[in-house]
Amino acid sequence: MLKQRWAAASSSTSLKATSPAAADTASYRKAKNRLPGLAVPKSTTPTTKPPLTFPGQLAQSTVRGYTTQKQATAYIHGKQSYDVDKIRHDFPILNRLINGKPLAYLDSAATTQKPREVIDELTRFYSEYNANVHRGVYKISEEATAAYEEARAKIARLINASSPNEIIFVRGTTEAINLVAQSWGRTNVGLGEGIILTEMEHHSNIVPWQLLAKQNGAHLKYVGLTDDGHLIKDDFRQHLESGEIKLVTMTHVSNVLGTINPIREYIREAHKEGCRVLVDAAQSVPHMPVDVQDMDCDFLAFSGHKMCGPTGIGVLYAKKPILEEMPPYHGGGEMIREVHLYESTWRDPPYRFEAGTTNIAGAIGLGEAIDYLSEIGLRNIQVHDQELTEYVHDMLGKVKGVKIYGPANPRAKAGVISFNLGDVHAHDMASLLDEDGIAVRSGHHCAQPLMERLGVSSTTRASVYVYNTEDEIDRLVESVERAGRVFKV
Amino acid sequence: MSSIYSEIILDYYRYPRNKGILPHAQIHARDTNPLCGDVVEMQLEVDERNTVRDVRFNGQGCAISQASASMLTELVKGKTVDDVRKISKEDVLSLIGGQLTAVRLKCALLSLKVLKTGVYNYIGSTDATKDELSSL
Repeated sequence: MLKQRWAAASSSTSLKATSPAAADTASYRKAKNRLPGLAVPKSTTPTTKPPLTFPGQLAQSTVRGYTTQKQATAYIHGKQSYDVDKIRHDFPILNRLINGKPLAYLDSAATTQKPREVIDELTRFYSEYNANVHRGVYKISEEATAAYEEARAKIARLINASSPNEIIFVRGTTEAINLVAQSWGRTNVGLGEGIILTEMEHHSNIVPWQLLAKQNGAHLKYVGLTDDGHLIKDDFRQHLESGEIKLVTMTHVSNVLGTINPIREYIREAHKEGCRVLVDAAQSVPHMPVDVQDMDCDFLAFSGHKMCGPTGIGVLYAKKPILEEMPPYHGGGEMIREVHLYESTWRDPPYRFEAGTTNIAGAIGLGEAIDYLSEIGLRNIQVHDQELTEYVHDMLGKVKGVKIYGPANPRAKAGVISFNLGDVHAHDMASLLDEDGIAVRSGHHCAQPLMERLGVSSTTRASVYVYNTEDEIDRLVESVERAGRVFKV
Repeated sequence: MSSIYSEIILDYYRYPRNKGILPHAQIHARDTNPLCGDVVEMQLEVDERNTVRDVRFNGQGCAISQASASMLTELVKGKTVDDVRKISKEDVLSLIGGQLTAVRLKCALLSLKVLKTGVYNYIGSTDATKDELSSL
């Protein structure tokens, strides 16, 4: 049955091809141009520097501080296969002018922009096959169901889950974690038992566990951080050895520091002690290949809107045997097998955890986003983000008075750079950058315990994604320098 | 686009007027902007005719929140409590000058909210004053 569903879902790719509307996407592009209310200026695609395409021309010193020829060559080859200008054309919002300047969007860790493919597919869903899934026996309901289940299959393939039945649609990372806390946690973490977290967690991976700890009399233990933003492994071992731990929950990539945690090592050690492990992958799945079977995590949570998908859709992955033992999270339609007046029985996962009408359009949009990212290639995205991260580090690091938080080596980071300039408050910095059309985040980034650890009230955070360019980073640096002049740092 | 960070704002931020503590203040309030972490505290000493004899602010945060608090202290000094009550959003915004985005408006108006909270606690609050405070 399991295999059949997988096959059925996969074969439904034909839906798009056979749909008479498939060829009509162009009409939506035209329609989009007529959408009122958005002043989208024409041909304002920011100019980028000429690409470096002739390896022979490049003296070592011209390749921006790469110390070996090998690194420089890798850089060039990466660039040749990655056409950022082409990618930028897929994102209509990048045509906007902000305060007369092209939008430099450096806040993708908060949410990414959406490619036309995703926007068009949402329009197509609502205008051609909008229907509730799973229950209708008519044509468009069948189409909607097929597209919804195909999206589930695409997600399973993206993270290499062993079956689409291990993929649960939720609102986002936050709901995924709350689901695990309230369903698995309430039945598995009892009085006097413990949960290991880290000091670099987002509030969404702290507060659900505080609620659970209060409900069940459990306790929380935190893995501390080194001054340069790495986890202190000895803390982790010490907590594990207490023998009371039922769950380890940690982020794969820090949303503030960008630190990539050696998640596989932590999972292996936790499993040795019989603990389950939840990985907050909100900042990793969009930026790098993630393989849940190789990682061997028990739960993995991520959000669609941080990977070119719509808001309000996210994913909880969990191993099948664990899901089968878990009680429902929400009660309602769709998740039941039989309902009687005083009791009910539940469907098998994933439907047991999808009560009510889910975000169908969101799921289909996320499926489209996964197609889009897969076409670019997650490995290519990882290399692109890595190069830009290093470039930001290099360039921002040269500005007098700038302090960059987290690992000193940008290679230990994934796309996220937090910094402060002298005593300029992060909100003042973000306002000044906004005047120059540059969108960055400022504040505590929903990680107050981490801010406390860093000894700051807020930081400015620049984060990069598929569409960002070195040119935009140069603008960021110029604007930060301007802020330094304004505030006389 | 003209920057909100005028010389005046930066001057008040770098060299705040009336910053400190008033140990005998009759009017005293403090609040934070949870979004930014800005903190502003206002203290007013009034005489028997309810005229503001002295005023101090204290706090930390972005330039907008701290400069506006400092400017506001200069505005209220010498005014009667009744006149302080009448200070409007627009009065504060015209002190600051420039265009603020919705989010930064919260920074700019935090000090006024704190000031009014203190004043209403002193003269007595009504449903109308509560509505006014929650609109700031």
